[in-house]
Amino acid sequence: MTVPTDLDQRFRDAATREGLVDVAYDLADSPVGELLVAVTDRGLCRIAYRPDDALDEIANDFGVRVLRVPRRVEGVRRELDEYFDGRRREFDLELDLTPVADFHRLALDELARVPYGQVTTYGTLAAKVGRPKAARAIGGAMNRNPIPIVLPCHRVVGAGGALVGYAGGLERKELLLRLEGALL
Amino acid sequence: MMEATVTIPPFERFYAEHRDEVYGLLARRLGRQRAEDAFQETFLRALRSYPSLRHGEYLRAWVLTIARNVAVDAFRRERPTAELEEQAELPRRPAYAELEHLTDALPPTERAAVVFRYAYDMPYAAIGAALGSSEDAARQAASAGVRRLRRKETT
Repeated sequence: MTVPTDLDQRFRDAATREGLVDVAYDLADSPVGELLVAVTDRGLCRIAYRPDDALDEIANDFGVRVLRVPRRVEGVRRELDEYFDGRRREFDLELDLTPVADFHRLALDELARVPYGQVTTYGTLAAKVGRPKAARAIGGAMNRNPIPIVLPCHRVVGAGGALVGYAGGLERKELLLRLEGALL
Repeated sequence: MMEATVTIPPFERFYAEHRDEVYGLLARRLGRQRAEDAFQETFLRALRSYPSLRHGEYLRAWVLTIARNVAVDAFRRERPTAELEEQAELPRRPAYAELEHLTDALPPTERAAVVFRYAYDMPYAAIGAALGSSEDAARQAASAGVRRLRRKETT
């Protein structure tokens, strides 16, 4: 017997209200495909291009009480929509980067300062975190960026200007850079 | 690099898999109207003790037992004097058939506690949720059940 939609919704709201949800998430359509968007009480903790795998990773990182609660991610969804419409150049969101430590954390902090519509290189970021020879390690940190788009790892390219790589696939990286006017 | 991996499914997957069956069970026992509160209560109880689970097996038996006990509570609230014989929901599994057979003579609560603990390796917090009681009450029910089984064995 199928659960009525409004009852399903009431359970999700009650679970949230009682503080029993570690991570609330929803799926969002976007020009770069379906995205999973997840938040904790501290802020946005994950944007994922592959929703199914992401659910297990999120449970691992933040707790097993992962529940789809669209209401909780509305603010993030709105800013993403504005960004994809070209009406937003900076995100104004709290982030939860609890599981990201040490060097990766420093790399993401520095990444967050790369402005809309501009690109930088792995080597430049490495120099900025004080390890000028660690371009490859910066690549690893970008590859494991838990919040792509908002933390703009698509703006980091190779020394010669080649796009090089992107965890979500190069076509997505190119599309995001075109959207921002960084590529013609 | 070693990373801990979760063997319990993210709650959403567990919920999506069992919600229709739980709702069906409650609707048959209580009628659709009263099943709604019971449905919410069942999954809130499950959610509260979900992080205490140590593995992802027998979750169906666990959540159906929670639902049955929520239904019994709802039934008793309305008709406090009615007699109700309640059996815990324990699907038969070949590996544990013997244990379940041995426990057949136990009172329902003790039987559920013994099987959930010793056959299914569930933590007492989760068993308490299933039985609508506490972690301590679940521990006591399991040890009372085991004592009763030992007495039976020696006579």
